[in-house]
Amino acid sequence: MGLGAGLGYSSLMAHDHDHTHDRHDHDHEHSELSETQLRVRALETVLTEKGYVDPAALDAILEFYETKVGPRNGARVVAKAWTDPAFKHALLDDATAAIGTLGHVGRVGDHLIAVENTPQRHNMVVCTLCSCYPWEMLGLPPVWYKASPYRSRAVKDPRGVLADFGVTLPAATEIRVWDSTAETRFLVLPMRPAGTEGWSEERLADIVTRDSMIGTGLPKVAPKAAP
Amino acid sequence: MNGVHDMGGMDGFGKVEPEPNEPTFHHDWESRVMAMVRVMGANGGLGIDSQRFARESLPPEGYLASSYYKKWFLAIEDQIIASNIAGADEIAAGHSLRPSPPLPRGKFTLDDLPRISVRGSFGRDAKAPAMFKPGDKVRAKNINPLTHTRLPRYVRGHVGIVERINGCHVFPDTAAHGKGENPQWLYTVVFASRELWGDDADPTLKVSIDAFEPYLEKAE
Repeated sequence: MGLGAGLGYSSLMAHDHDHTHDRHDHDHEHSELSETQLRVRALETVLTEKGYVDPAALDAILEFYETKVGPRNGARVVAKAWTDPAFKHALLDDATAAIGTLGHVGRVGDHLIAVENTPQRHNMVVCTLCSCYPWEMLGLPPVWYKASPYRSRAVKDPRGVLADFGVTLPAATEIRVWDSTAETRFLVLPMRPAGTEGWSEERLADIVTRDSMIGTGLPKVAPKAAP
Repeated sequence: MNGVHDMGGMDGFGKVEPEPNEPTFHHDWESRVMAMVRVMGANGGLGIDSQRFARESLPPEGYLASSYYKKWFLAIEDQIIASNIAGADEIAAGHSLRPSPPLPRGKFTLDDLPRISVRGSFGRDAKAPAMFKPGDKVRAKNINPLTHTRLPRYVRGHVGIVERINGCHVFPDTAAHGKGENPQWLYTVVFASRELWGDDADPTLKVSIDAFEPYLEKAE
C-alpha cells in the first residue's frame, strides 16, 4: 500500500475510517478504502455515461502528473540561474517570462514568483488555507505540504518546522514565509553550495531537491561527489 | 468563512512528517479523483474558487479526519449534486438515470489536455488605479464573512507593509459564489512576527500574504 508506519498519511486514513465508521458499519480500514474506491468509480461511471468525461482523458491527465511534471523542472531552472547571471536576473524579475525562454522546461502559467535565498534571508513557502503549490515546477505537492502540521506551524514556528526536516539555520538569518493566499505561486531559489564551482547545469540540477525549492530543505551535495 | 481550513498559527497538530520516496498517488482512486476534479473544473464550470469553498464547507471533523484526495472527492461530489450535474440517486446507483444538461465547455477529451497542463491566468485589466503602493502601511481588515475569502484569520486586524503589487486579479470572494470575476488589485503584504504573534515571537521571522485590495485599509 505504500503507507509506512508513523506517516502522517496513514494516520489520516485511520482517522478517516473512524469518521465514517458509524455511517457505514465497516470495521476495518480495508473496507473503508474499498468503499471510497467504489464511490469514486460510481462517480466516474455516471460522468462518463453522461458524456462529460472521457476515461482515456482521465488516464492521460494522471499520467501527465505521474511522469511529465516533477521537481526536475524546477531543478533545471535553479541550475540555470546558478550558472547564468542574466537568466537569474530575469527569473527574479519575472519568473514566468524567464522560464518561458527555456524550451526544455516548457511553459509555465502566469504569476510565478522566484524568491532568492541569501546568507541574510531564507525563504519558505506555505499555503495555510489549502494547498497552493507551483505544480509546473515541482509536480503535485507531497502529503506533508497539504497536511495540518505544516499548514498550521509554518507561519508561526518556521524554525521548528525546519528542525522536523533536520535543517538548522543561523540564529540571525531572517526567515521569510510566503503564504500562498492568491493565484501567485512561489519558487525558492536556494543558495548554490560551496564546492560546486565549475559544475555543469545538469550536474547542478541533480543536487536541487524538491524541498530546497519549497524552503524546507537545502541542496544536497553527495559527500563523495567526484570532481 | 471561519473554517478549520484556515489553519495558520494553530497549535497541536504535531510534527511535520515527510514520507521518503513518496509516490504521486497512494491509491488508484486518488488519481481518478484528481483527474475528475481537473476535468470538471476545466469543462464543468466548477471554478477553482468554488471548489475551494466546497472543501472548506465540509463538516470540520470530516475535513480534519479525511486524507487530501478524500476531501477533494467529498467536495466535488457535493458540488456535482448541488449543481445538478448528476443526482445523488445516480451516484448511489453508479449509473446515469436520466439525461443531464451539457457542460459549459462540452465533453473533456484528449484534445483538451493542453488546456490544463499550464495554469490559467487570473490577471485582468484594472478598472481603477491601485489604492496602495510599495512601502505603504496597511491594516488587514477585521472581516468575518460566512462566504469564501482568502484573507486568513491570523492577519486580520494586523498592520503590515505593502511590498509589491502583483497586478489586478480575479477576486475569489465573489468568483467562488457565481458573483463574477470582479477583478481587484493584489498586493504582497509583509507582517513582522511580533505584530502577528506577540513579543515572544521569533524576531527574525516575517510572514507575507497576497492580499486583495478590499481586504486592506490604510494604517497610520
